[in-house]
Amino acid sequence: MHNSGLSPAKTVQSPPLWLLAELTYRCPLQCPYCSNPVDFARSGEELTTAQWIEVFRQARELGAAQLGFSGGEPLVRQDLAELVKAARDLGFYTNLITSGIGLTEKRITELSDAGLDHIQISFQAADEEVNNMLAGSKKAFAQKLAMAKAVKAAGYPMVLNFVTHRHNIDRMDRIIELCIELDADFVELATCQFYGWAELNRAALLPTREQLDRAEKVTQKWREKLAAENHPCKLIFVTPDYYEERPKACMNGWGSLFLDITPDGTALPCHSARQLPIKFPNVKEHSVQHIWQESFGFNKFRGFDWMPEPCRSCDEKEKDFGGCRCQAFMLTGDASNTDPVCSKSEHHGKILAAREQAEHAPLGVEQMVYRNEKMSNIIIKG
Amino acid sequence: MSEFNLDDCPRIRRGFRLQWEPVQNCDVLLYPEGMIQLNESAAHILKLVDGQRSIAQIIAQLQEQFPDVQGLDEDVLTFMGVAYAQFWLESC
Repeated sequence: MHNSGLSPAKTVQSPPLWLLAELTYRCPLQCPYCSNPVDFARSGEELTTAQWIEVFRQARELGAAQLGFSGGEPLVRQDLAELVKAARDLGFYTNLITSGIGLTEKRITELSDAGLDHIQISFQAADEEVNNMLAGSKKAFAQKLAMAKAVKAAGYPMVLNFVTHRHNIDRMDRIIELCIELDADFVELATCQFYGWAELNRAALLPTREQLDRAEKVTQKWREKLAAENHPCKLIFVTPDYYEERPKACMNGWGSLFLDITPDGTALPCHSARQLPIKFPNVKEHSVQHIWQESFGFNKFRGFDWMPEPCRSCDEKEKDFGGCRCQAFMLTGDASNTDPVCSKSEHHGKILAAREQAEHAPLGVEQMVYRNEKMSNIIIKG
Repeated sequence: MSEFNLDDCPRIRRGFRLQWEPVQNCDVLLYPEGMIQLNESAAHILKLVDGQRSIAQIIAQLQEQFPDVQGLDEDVLTFMGVAYAQFWLESC
């Protein structure tokens, strides 16, 4: 058939398989590595129950299968069970990503009745004192332990998530031991990634390479031990890209499978993209289909045409997509630059300097900026 | 390595769910924050996993359903090996 030129060939856009619903920025904890934007205090009004359910319906129609309820602390939303039920009825696999604060046995039952598939609880540390200091709450640790036990007692599969950094990573052995004691099905040992509040506190959070190597070895030993026992628990270790020579394939490529809806309905291709100088669409004004397939923001870094050198001619571009746009923006001022984690980037020196600082001039726990509304307002006023 | 016998009655592990996804045009196995796309034979096998049928019964049923397929029992055993090793399945 001859091409008339009237219907240009269009690549079919892959579906947004992963939908993240950041229900609220409200949170009882104040973790200094929170990935929420530092100016969250000026975010608009939260979406209503009906607006969220409509987002779920539209995203499901596009092919979304995994749905994460996150925040802030999603348990702050009193309509959480109603949202879970609606999502489950639509066919989503529903994940609750929580600090455990605000969870009660009654609420676990309520969520279970609503059809919730899985609960992930995050810990700040394996020691009560360090955990509570990082969380900015005296009761957090005991509550988390109690709720992890209650989640398992209710028959849920459980993921435990530890964000690790220089102040808790040396306790990796105890962290994993605690997870096994709590009967976790999956354990995420995620070294802090430097976005949002974590970027602000990087000098106090980035571990040294030696700390990291040690933690990885401890994790490997545990993996071998678990495998020998035919133990089902799976340990997932996430290294910080600051110690890599090639960038991570951030979000598996811009707008390729991940869709984040923030509390006020702004749609983002990743949690931290709000800081980029791009106007992102809002579900109050556009359909999810338009946002995913047509909007300027979601198409901005799709494919490879936007890439400058050294990415453009790099034979690894289809593997890592040039890395992370937010990191490129934060460290170089231009979101289309190569992620400075890449040793081919002319800005790679910034990563080397951060590693150097971790060795010689780190900041202490007490010097960190804790994530709360007051601090967010101060940051906004600049 | 995970061990299983022909008499074992496997069930899908709690938190794992088999589901048809029209947009992906295939069956998938969903689990905490993850998803595996299944090929047709894997989907046929998993659909018979119900905590009641033994592995031997699953093989027999599939042989009845697909009489022309050669080496079906080996396919099922290979799949079971993977599924047990990945802890998608557990014996009742």
